[in-house]
Amino acid sequence: MAAQETSQSATFRYAFGNVLSFSVLLLIGVMAFSIRLFSVIKYESVIHEFDPYFNYRVTQFLTKSGVYDFWNWFDDRTWYPLGRVIGGTVYPGLTLTAGALWRILNSVNIPLSVETVCVFTAPVFSAFASWATYLLTKEIKGPGAGLTAAALLAMVPSYISRSVAGSYDNEAVAIFALIFTFYLYIKTLNTGSLFYATLNAIAYFYMVCSWGGYTFIINLIPMHVLLCIVTGRYSPRLYIAYAPLVVLGTLLAALVPVVGFNAVMTSEHFASFLVFIIIHVVALVYYIKGLLTPQMFKVAVTLVVSVGMILCFAVLAVLIALVASSPTKGWSGRSLSLLDPTYASKYIPIIASVSEHQPPTWPSYFMDINVLAFLVPAGIIACFLPLSDASSFAVLYIVTSVYFSGVMVRLMLVLAPAACIMSGIALSEAFDVFTRSIKFHLLGVTQNPQDNAGDTTNVTQNDVKSEKSEDTIKERPSRKSKKKEKENTEKPSLVSRVEKKLLVLPLETSVIAVFLLVLLGAFYVVHCVWAAAEAYSAPSIVLTSRSHDGLHVFDDFREAYAWLSHNTEVDDKVASWWDYGYQTTAMANRTVIVDNNTWNNTHIATVGTAMSSPEKAAWDIFNSLDVKYVLVVFGGLVGYPSDDINKFLWMVRIGGGVFPHIKEPDYLRDGQYRIDSQATPTMLNCLMYKLSYYRFVETDGRGFDRVRNTEIGKKHFKLTHFEEVFTTHHWMVRIYKLKSPRNRIRGKTKKSKSQKSVSSTSSKRSGTTKKNPWQ
Amino acid sequence: MGRSATTKDAHALFHSLRSAYAATPNQLKIIDLYILFAVVTAVIQVAYMAIVGSFPFNSFLSGVLSCVGTAVLAVSLRIQVNKDNKEFKDLPPERAFADFVLCNLVLHLVIVNFLG
Repeated sequence: MAAQETSQSATFRYAFGNVLSFSVLLLIGVMAFSIRLFSVIKYESVIHEFDPYFNYRVTQFLTKSGVYDFWNWFDDRTWYPLGRVIGGTVYPGLTLTAGALWRILNSVNIPLSVETVCVFTAPVFSAFASWATYLLTKEIKGPGAGLTAAALLAMVPSYISRSVAGSYDNEAVAIFALIFTFYLYIKTLNTGSLFYATLNAIAYFYMVCSWGGYTFIINLIPMHVLLCIVTGRYSPRLYIAYAPLVVLGTLLAALVPVVGFNAVMTSEHFASFLVFIIIHVVALVYYIKGLLTPQMFKVAVTLVVSVGMILCFAVLAVLIALVASSPTKGWSGRSLSLLDPTYASKYIPIIASVSEHQPPTWPSYFMDINVLAFLVPAGIIACFLPLSDASSFAVLYIVTSVYFSGVMVRLMLVLAPAACIMSGIALSEAFDVFTRSIKFHLLGVTQNPQDNAGDTTNVTQNDVKSEKSEDTIKERPSRKSKKKEKENTEKPSLVSRVEKKLLVLPLETSVIAVFLLVLLGAFYVVHCVWAAAEAYSAPSIVLTSRSHDGLHVFDDFREAYAWLSHNTEVDDKVASWWDYGYQTTAMANRTVIVDNNTWNNTHIATVGTAMSSPEKAAWDIFNSLDVKYVLVVFGGLVGYPSDDINKFLWMVRIGGGVFPHIKEPDYLRDGQYRIDSQATPTMLNCLMYKLSYYRFVETDGRGFDRVRNTEIGKKHFKLTHFEEVFTTHHWMVRIYKLKSPRNRIRGKTKKSKSQKSVSSTSSKRSGTTKKNPWQ
Repeated sequence: MGRSATTKDAHALFHSLRSAYAATPNQLKIIDLYILFAVVTAVIQVAYMAIVGSFPFNSFLSGVLSCVGTAVLAVSLRIQVNKDNKEFKDLPPERAFADFVLCNLVLHLVIVNFLG
């Protein structure tokens, strides 16, 4: 009777716990979605930044033309005259996801536009990501830690920064795919079920489709398998978790056109193959060990070791020779710059120039993961008591992601889920100890004899486990914590039973500690909401500033693109620096020369050289590329700091990397970059200077540049080969047209065709000879 | 002297391996035969590629990986069905076989797609 009652009350408790955790998860999803809506409320439902515009354009094409045309799409509106094979160079996961969402919604008669679906894809998938974090942390520690980690991930600023409403970029779905793949891997590892291994491979396929960061998964999982083998935790479940993933995963990765044969040929994947071989060797060894007697096994070992070593060395030597024969040892440029942070700045200036690829500063850690930064070490310790396969994976994940986040600021995003998992575990364990102490002190005296009888058969671990699960379901670092009293009356006997084994803290300490932890959670929440609202919600296509006479809105970019789309021919080519390529093709619908994909360094160097050359030479270069309009971004009138003059030195460096007649010291006076009267003549005569500051002196009479905080050097000059056709309201975007060549050339002209190749043209150019750099 | 000792050891090892393996149940021996067949097919394919050349590479890759994949999946099935494995004693062998079939379906769908 008593046993039946306790089992009934136990099921009731479980049911209540399940309903409670389900509703908490629902609320966490809603919060993850809503906290990312600040930009939509403050500005409008618009796509942000640069890369999302490309994804938006691709999604538009997908929804209009269907999957087959998208898969085979060759885009001739960018990288003129080279074009770009979109089908083969884009990670299709994001666009296919958004396209599928749009299709489904439209088929149930919810007529959302493609733009709305694109803008809101990221918040929806961040809700999914927090649910995936719950599942993953539940596998590692338990449901309480899972709820905590999910709540932390829903709000962590680092993830918010790349997934606000409007930030339609690969990371929006890739982080969800990452966490979900890890969850399925850990689930397979814990259960040993081939079904979850299949699901794991499919989730990995989705990750490969979504983001180039999938190489993190295919290197982390082999590292973990190796760690398990080396620490003696090999088990058949490990084999089932890893081996099918490698085979299926490699095949599925090779299916994606962007990856293709790189899945078997680049060094980024070799770790998985190496560990694949190692795990087979280990599995064979264990199998034979099971077959033979110990003494026979020793004989076998000595025999095999001597023969096998020779074979192993031979194969390894061949492999090393193969890999060493390629100049980058088989790694791609971006991966190499992760392993050797100085690589990019030495060899590939384009990778070094992207602001997201710089190492982060120390304050950015506190800004991006806030309180979690010092909860992570506590979580690492909690993972060691006790250490299981899953918790060793979590420790490995956090350690590697901390290293990579230190190399590139963009990879703080990969650190965020790991930090949330660790902090969730730490907080959950801490709450566990404190509430257990409180319960013991409040109720430890009263014992129920019937309960005692029912529980004597339990093994001690069951006690600890069931008690923990009861407590942890209720505990999380919520802004409002209460309602533990409901639980208190139900399990006093177990508390008394386990108090011999577990340490218990004094009552006052526990109460104050719980209160302080809740306060910590409150600070975290306040910081996250502030970061989401103030720091990460700017669409950067629309700028605002507050002054004494109210709010100013700078909509110059869209003004310029609208002008381009209404006042130029459809086939006109527009040249600008590569930052604005995606936006120009998406919003202005004009062909551009270079864009943010930056796959062709020489083409970008050509544009950079043109911007750094005097007017005539620049006109020649642009004319050879059929360019009609040139677009520059200028922030000197309003104080917009990310304009082309500030980026100009990168143009010089990249151009100089391919065309040696452009030398960076020519543009610097005493090693300093200046545009005032002390600037070098090369700088004052280059195209970028002229196009940015043409007629600038007319604005205030002195030509005071608000970004560089000086007056400009050359104030009154005319343009000979370009004419200004449009300048936006705040002078932020300036569009110039190439003047057609004159019909009649005055004076003597030397029509000598010089046979010199491009890279060896001399730096001195005479004014009358037409030195076309392409002849 | 050492030579004969090692060869004697090798013989003894070989015999004990053989006798221990003969004791495995027939079910598992069938699976082992299937694994051997898959591996031999993979080796034949690699040898063919070495003679004829690797174009088209995707067909070669999908062929070899299908053999390796079925071998790996068969090993996983053997692990789950083997009665000596205490970790899997709660798993009914029908469930293990159903998982095996599902995983093979996914694998072969991908193979056929990638074969070209």
